[in-house]
Amino acid sequence: MEKPLTENVRADAKPIDLKSYERAGGYRALRKALSEMTPAEVTQTVRDANLNGRGGAGFPAGLKWSFMPPVSESPPPRYIAINGDEMEPGSFKDRLLLERNPHMVIEGALLAAYAVQADTGYIFVRWAYHEAHRAIKTALAECYEAGYLGDHVCGTDFGMNMHLHVSAGRYVAGEASAMLNAIEGKRAVPRFRPPHMATLGLWGKPTVVNNVETIANVPHIVANGPEWFRGLSRIQEEGGTKLFGLSGKVSSPGLWELPMGTTLREILDEHAGGMREGLRFRGALPGGASSGFLGEENLDVPLGWSTVAKIGTRFGTGNIIALDDRTCPVGMILHVVRFFARESCGWCTPCREGLPLAVRLLTAIERGEANSEDLEQLHWNAERIEPKTTFCELAPGAMESLRTGLAMFRDDFERHLTQHRCPWKKP
Amino acid sequence: MVVQRHHGWVSDDHLADVAAVLKMTPAELDGIVTFYSRIFRKPVGRHVILLCDSVSCWITGHDQLLSRLRERLQVDQGETTSDGSYTLLPTSCLGACDHAPAMLVDERFYGDLDPDRIERILDSQEDEES
Repeated sequence: MEKPLTENVRADAKPIDLKSYERAGGYRALRKALSEMTPAEVTQTVRDANLNGRGGAGFPAGLKWSFMPPVSESPPPRYIAINGDEMEPGSFKDRLLLERNPHMVIEGALLAAYAVQADTGYIFVRWAYHEAHRAIKTALAECYEAGYLGDHVCGTDFGMNMHLHVSAGRYVAGEASAMLNAIEGKRAVPRFRPPHMATLGLWGKPTVVNNVETIANVPHIVANGPEWFRGLSRIQEEGGTKLFGLSGKVSSPGLWELPMGTTLREILDEHAGGMREGLRFRGALPGGASSGFLGEENLDVPLGWSTVAKIGTRFGTGNIIALDDRTCPVGMILHVVRFFARESCGWCTPCREGLPLAVRLLTAIERGEANSEDLEQLHWNAERIEPKTTFCELAPGAMESLRTGLAMFRDDFERHLTQHRCPWKKP
Repeated sequence: MVVQRHHGWVSDDHLADVAAVLKMTPAELDGIVTFYSRIFRKPVGRHVILLCDSVSCWITGHDQLLSRLRERLQVDQGETTSDGSYTLLPTSCLGACDHAPAMLVDERFYGDLDPDRIERILDSQEDEES
């Protein structure tokens, strides 16, 4: 099984330096693109590969690039921003790439920049990833030294400067348009669209935003071709491998590079060694805190954006959080929603007011201090906070675990009401 | 962030100085500064403990870690110990859920924690300083 993203990462967790990266074939894809391909051909290659955005939404990366206006209409500066904010609870995949394979991220960003004719790039990394800051800073310096960055990349007329931007910390800063505000030194609130970032992005100039894992796939697609990339996946419309993570009370929590379309059963049983001894699997959030619950009946669904959408929720980041039978589902949902309530930017009312209300209701239910009207109100909340009623995706994401959990764990919610306490806590 | 690196936090005076350089009003700048959770507008201890309270860490034992830290440091979240050594703060997911439960002490990451391991970490931290 091929593992293009992780096959060369070092066991000692140190980053791969430029020399080792080059020895393993690094920057060959960049040279190939610069000498043999036009920018449009690079975009088409990525489109043909079916590379979906790995930040959570699964939007086709090549299609996103094709929205950039031509240079004749919008001359430089033009930007590319790489999203390494990774604050989705339960997700820990971009960290691995930033810390251990920084040149793969940079080469991918260079290829994307060439494809969309950008001349300046930002790698936006969350504050907590101190190792990643060091790795990216060192790698950028190596690239300037070796001529992979600067006014003449690999001696050509293509010029590219790239900077590290360390976030000052806020979940919503990972929303692509909010991230642009953060880079500009403003409050990281999402921007109204249209206009889209491809036309009016950073400082009002055309900008493409891609997730770290998405961009790390690009060198491999350019080097090996779209057919090879599609062949890595078990889902027709979604190419490549995926960094799947699994956390919670499983025997060996971890992160594995597996074909897109791998099932939850395989990840749980073969890679994570099943649930911890004596515990039973009850459900899982497949792609971080903003995805909804999958139950035992979904264990054999091939995991991808199109397939998970078909069963009523989001694939998200593909980093799974498992719920066991000794953990209270109401408590788990409360902790998920509380995170989003704290991280709301406060811009729109359903999010600013609706999330704290959901937290108050969930807290009362969890303590056994609520009645059936409170539960009804909670249902009402979960249904009304949806993409149509909010400014960005934060609040609807916050409601995913609640909306699906209310249906899946109906009896558990009821037991809190009738027993006037949390059945998982000792009386 | 530069101010904070040197002083540990951003005081009103520092804020006004930076605002003048940026040609903004202090209120405008404060609106930006207080938006972000990693810029401190109050003094903090010599070390900042950031204990992850997101979902994977909650499932694997965050509550027990928090009670032990409260007991040992005699502070609640958002407070600084009387000797100025530690500030205890909650943080959202640290992106290391395969090593949950986890915390950061300044820039150092600690995973696979249990209450006794927290005691040992703080003991060795104090030994290093004495």
